[in-house]
Amino acid sequence: MTGVTETGRMLRIQVLRFNPQSRRSRPHVQSFTLQETEGMTLFIALNEIRETQDPSLQFDFVCRAGICGSCGMLINGRPGLACRTLTINLDADIVLAPLPVFELIADLSVNTGKWMRAMSERLETWVHRGTEADLSRLEERMEPELAEQLYELDRCIECGCCVGACGTARMRDDFIGAVGLNKIARFRLDPRDDRDDAAYYQVVGDDDGVFGCMTLLACQDVCPKRLPLQTQIAYLRRRMLVRGARRSS
Amino acid sequence: MKVVYTDVLVVGGGLAGLRTAIGVSNRGLDVIVLSLVPAKRSHSAAAQGGMQASLANSIKGAGDNEDMHFTDTVRGSDWGADQTVVRMFVNTAPKAVRELAAWGVPWNRVQRGSREVVINGRKVTVTERDAAHGLITARDFGGTHKWRTCFVSDTTGHAMLYAMSDQSIARSIPVHERIEAMALIHDGGRCLGVVARNLVTGRLIAYVARATAIASGGFGRIYRVSTNAVINEGLGAAIALETGIAALGNMEAVQFHPTGIFPAGILVTEGCRGDGGLLRDAHGHRFMPDYEPEKQELASRDVVSRRMEEHIRRGQGVKSRYGDHLWLDITILGRAHIEKNLREVQDICRNFLDIDPAEEMIPVRPAQHYSMGGIRTDYTGQSRTLKGLFACGEAACWDLHGFNRLGGNSVAETVVSGMLVGEYIGDFCASADGDVNISSGLVREFWQREERRIAGLLKGNGTENPFDLLRSMQDLMTEKVGIFRNGATLESAVDELQQLYRRSGNLRVRARAWGANPELTAAYRVRRMLKLALCVACGALARTESRGAHFREDCLQRNDRDWLRRTLATWAGDDHDRPTLNYEELDVTGMELPPGWRGYGAKDYIEHPGAAQRLEQIERIVAARPAADRRDLQAAVMPYEHLVPARYRGGNERLAEAAAQ
Ligand SMILES: Cc1cc2nc3c(=O)[nH]c(=O)nc-3n(C[C@H](O)[C@H](O)[C@H](O)COP(=O)(O)OP(=O)(O)OC[C@H]3O[C@@H](n4cnc5c(N)ncnc54)[C@H](O)[C@@H]3O)c2cc1C
Repeated sequence: MTGVTETGRMLRIQVLRFNPQSRRSRPHVQSFTLQETEGMTLFIALNEIRETQDPSLQFDFVCRAGICGSCGMLINGRPGLACRTLTINLDADIVLAPLPVFELIADLSVNTGKWMRAMSERLETWVHRGTEADLSRLEERMEPELAEQLYELDRCIECGCCVGACGTARMRDDFIGAVGLNKIARFRLDPRDDRDDAAYYQVVGDDDGVFGCMTLLACQDVCPKRLPLQTQIAYLRRRMLVRGARRSS
Repeated sequence: MKVVYTDVLVVGGGLAGLRTAIGVSNRGLDVIVLSLVPAKRSHSAAAQGGMQASLANSIKGAGDNEDMHFTDTVRGSDWGADQTVVRMFVNTAPKAVRELAAWGVPWNRVQRGSREVVINGRKVTVTERDAAHGLITARDFGGTHKWRTCFVSDTTGHAMLYAMSDQSIARSIPVHERIEAMALIHDGGRCLGVVARNLVTGRLIAYVARATAIASGGFGRIYRVSTNAVINEGLGAAIALETGIAALGNMEAVQFHPTGIFPAGILVTEGCRGDGGLLRDAHGHRFMPDYEPEKQELASRDVVSRRMEEHIRRGQGVKSRYGDHLWLDITILGRAHIEKNLREVQDICRNFLDIDPAEEMIPVRPAQHYSMGGIRTDYTGQSRTLKGLFACGEAACWDLHGFNRLGGNSVAETVVSGMLVGEYIGDFCASADGDVNISSGLVREFWQREERRIAGLLKGNGTENPFDLLRSMQDLMTEKVGIFRNGATLESAVDELQQLYRRSGNLRVRARAWGANPELTAAYRVRRMLKLALCVACGALARTESRGAHFREDCLQRNDRDWLRRTLATWAGDDHDRPTLNYEELDVTGMELPPGWRGYGAKDYIEHPGAAQRLEQIERIVAARPAADRRDLQAAVMPYEHLVPARYRGGNERLAEAAAQ
């Protein structure tokens, strides 16, 4: 399984570099050239650069299969998962930059983990249940179709691409983003969660929540899991409007 | 020197680590989780196919129970497993699935009525019972007698890990992300925490804990072709090994998954075959029934992977410029099924191969997949030699899987072991054993050793490139310590690994930053990984038999007479260049299922002298209790329930039983 075949194309990969940990570092663009090989992904390309050209280059990969959401970055200005981006689908000139909005760790590595944990704490993204299940008894039943609908919304991998693409998130520090709104939609749909709309209104019924969205649709366009984010946000907005109206009347 | 104190320290934020943390937190203990990456990015998220638990809801699982799950697991392990642990596991697995259901995992459910499925290459109609409608359903997996693998489409691990992680957030359990455990602090007999490194700032932190649990996952990345995430470098097992006291068990037991996509090695789930997918060769011929008439594509993984490689060796593989491969054909399952239940597989094929698996066959070849070996523990998850050190999940050798793990048994093990080990740690901390008395001098000693090691790399003038050593090791392991092994090649592998190990004492790090520095990280990790690789290779060389995933061309038989024993590897000191191997006998006289034929794969093996006797004894026990039910019989043959934490004792309700009430 060794031999690699070159495609004959030279790639010029420009990386926006900056290490806030180092007092000497200033943001700058560094250019790397390398031979494209068949089946090359940005995961392969960046590792090759690190191993053979610049050992200090920072980026994050974990599963390298498009599943774990670690490698979100701006690829030619557009948020995407680097590991599953085949270079063959890009021009030979490639520009890479870290996702905006998130705290920069260094170069292409950003702290999505911290952002997502804060979002989870704020929205309480877990099933709220008053009673504890008896684990030795049959589980509660669920309509198969409902389980599939939940799975549909549960597929979010918290990669941050939607946040990196979001106009509101760039302006409002506390905006919870499509990722957060999708989670609320997911738990709202789950009959195992006892929370009602009043409880959800508490956490998303303002401009940092569902009313902050400017419906620019970028989130849905860039979502690597193709989640129906805008449909969910629109629906949630209607429900929250109803709830808000009831509250003010 | 920054020191953080906590009751329990968990190294690893995957399924096993988080469930352990939740367990001890429920017991009122303070707990901190360390992870190289955000917890939800741990490799558990990549599990696709599902989780085994004998719920018996689907009609194809009807009649399933703990006994069948037990038998399948022990046979799958080729009798390497600890049968008491297997019993504890199979009884807790249904509880684990149900707990996750209560925590929000959207398990696929039984739909009443008829549907068409593919079994053994043919379309058949399956009719689900009305009574089962809406309960958790299951799919078929290799090496099982029933459809037992619960699933969420083909992103089961993701759904489980997210629910688990959200539960840990609900309990305000702190996860210190991008922190790497670098060394265990211990006084020779008692583990007292770890020295860790912040991967962003480079700063060292000492964590002092009454109990330390390692749940750091597998070590697949010592191989070049692996389905594992790039962070699966076995670091938790390596630092346990470096104590010189804790032992690693059965490191030579490495699983190769039949269907890594070729050549990238990214996994497509066993669910593909479980749902009816077939393996084909260069001529489009379905070859598995020729080799394995009993279970065809659904024999255990070690068997299928070997048969595939054997078929390729016979010249039946598909030639490509990267080498030979075979085909996985799921086109027969139909687009609708694929887009619903094998969606991730479709995504992976599209993104990495540019093919649609509903139309075209998938190029596959076996790839390293799972580490059965790991930190050797007793049934409570505690090291037998270093008190206060616990381990669970893929990092541990508890030993549920013996020499081959069944698909779907690993994510089940992570959660079950987390549930059980969390309780045992709770008990440990409540007892006098859980008290710690630690001098800051000892902490400082370990801290300074790590500091010196890093400074040595940053300021040293070595000549070896860590990335080169890493790649050489990975190539060597894939080529010489892979699916087919033999004495001569293993000897040369050990030799070469020792050379690499010596060279790893003379590393050069060009990037000189103390903080985030990927080259520095690679440098101090590669030496640890080489130690693990040597444990695997030396264990494989010494084990002159074939058992489960460990296959010796020069010793074809499973040899229960001489090798019904677990390998224990320890490392005497940094100046040693190979592990010390010891062995732990498996006690046939206590087994519920004495060694025999697995029901697939090779039929001849060298018998253990005590096996027949034990079998007779069991028959007598059973004959003497004509009125006993299966639970009583089991308890008479191999009692285990007294070992289980009280809250997880007792049976599991199933449909037939529920309907009868
Ligand atoms: C592609 C793929 C598909 C799979 N599919 C299935 C399946 O369908 N069914 C099944 O049963 N099994 C499956 N498995 C196996 C299963 O997913 C794993 O065995 C299991 O998830 C391991 O979980 P874990 O909690 O032990 O470790 P992991 O999930 O690997 O977590 C390890 C954790 O340890 C941390 N860590 C590691 N080293 C350190 C250190 N030095 N310091 C601090 N933190 C550290 C990591 O950051 C991570 O949080 C699959 C495996 C792969 C590779």
